[in-house]
Amino acid sequence: MGRGGVTGTGMRQRAALLALLVAFAGTAIADAPAGARSSRVPRPDVAAGAGGKCVEDTAFMRRNHMALLKHQRDRTVHDGIRTTRHSLANCVTCHVDAKTGRVTGSKDAFCEGCHTYAGVKLDCFECHADRPAAALAVDAGTPGAKP
Amino acid sequence: MSDVDRGRRQILAWGAAMAGVTLAPGVTLFDLAHGRPPSEPASPKVRWGMLVDVNRCASDCDACVVACDKENGLPGEKTPTSAQWIRKVELKDMRGQTKSLPMMCQHCADPPCVDVCPTGASFKRADGIVLVDRHTCIGCRYCMMACPYKARSFVHEPVTGQRPDVPRGKGCVESCTLCVHRIDRDQIPACVEACAATGHKALLFGNLNDPASEIAQRVASYRTTAIRADLRLDPGVRYQGL
Repeated sequence: MGRGGVTGTGMRQRAALLALLVAFAGTAIADAPAGARSSRVPRPDVAAGAGGKCVEDTAFMRRNHMALLKHQRDRTVHDGIRTTRHSLANCVTCHVDAKTGRVTGSKDAFCEGCHTYAGVKLDCFECHADRPAAALAVDAGTPGAKP
Repeated sequence: MSDVDRGRRQILAWGAAMAGVTLAPGVTLFDLAHGRPPSEPASPKVRWGMLVDVNRCASDCDACVVACDKENGLPGEKTPTSAQWIRKVELKDMRGQTKSLPMMCQHCADPPCVDVCPTGASFKRADGIVLVDRHTCIGCRYCMMACPYKARSFVHEPVTGQRPDVPRGKGCVESCTLCVHRIDRDQIPACVEACAATGHKALLFGNLNDPASEIAQRVASYRTTAIRADLRLDPGVRYQGL
């Protein structure tokens, strides 16, 4: 086999690769208006809240926040340990939605948005306040009143 | 806080400082009750209690009940099924004399509600406060039947607008917590504060285990009554002048 043959094969490969790239780019552009994100999987568009740094690493919190909360709740209820680092009230204070002042109640809210997306029942807020203490003071609603 | 309260606190602080003096390394007269840091668990050396001076309690006053509702986010408007953590009771003796007193969870040393709880939700904290862990409560209401003081309530309706310090919801039993969230912040219960604000000063809160505390001294020097003393539950709430 001569040199010319080798070059011919290389050119054909490059042309095929280019065609593939063009095809992919076309698909990506066509998809862009629907997804508006790089991933083709729809993601929950939740408001992260106050911003800044969370009490633990974000990736760790995504997987383990429920374990931290469960551990903290037992320490608080049974032993009276009231450190705020892993307390639910601390979560709510930071992650409250700037518009609604709550962490539940809409698909954009931090807690409910992600839980709805993941299909995991969120029952903390059947008993716990879904807004910080400061917001509650402003809210004119009667405590304990039915909605 | 009134001047009297401030003075009382100052005396308590001096007493605590005196009694907290180290006798030998690691041995003190008693553990300091006040100023427990948030990271430390409640101490079994403390026994929180309340003394109700019935002679000072006015029959037309319900400041303690109102303060409790406000502090704990309970509905102010009472229906036959709404939760009731503290209530005013009128007692009439054989001679027709009436006495008025507040009735709430008596925070027994041997609480029957804890004995009967099938899940361990009803428990006594190390410092003597009897509580319900709502995470474990299944709403069976055995504790309500076991309590001789009718101190517990069941939440029948969905609850909204809870206070961040006092989570509560439908399907659980609840009762007076002695404002445990305030105690952990080194504050006195809301009812005691409200009673003092009216000028009646019928309620006194403190550490029964601390001989220097006003409550321990009054329990030691005056005749106080434990309601249903025949049951020998050793309640943390005592009544004076009954």
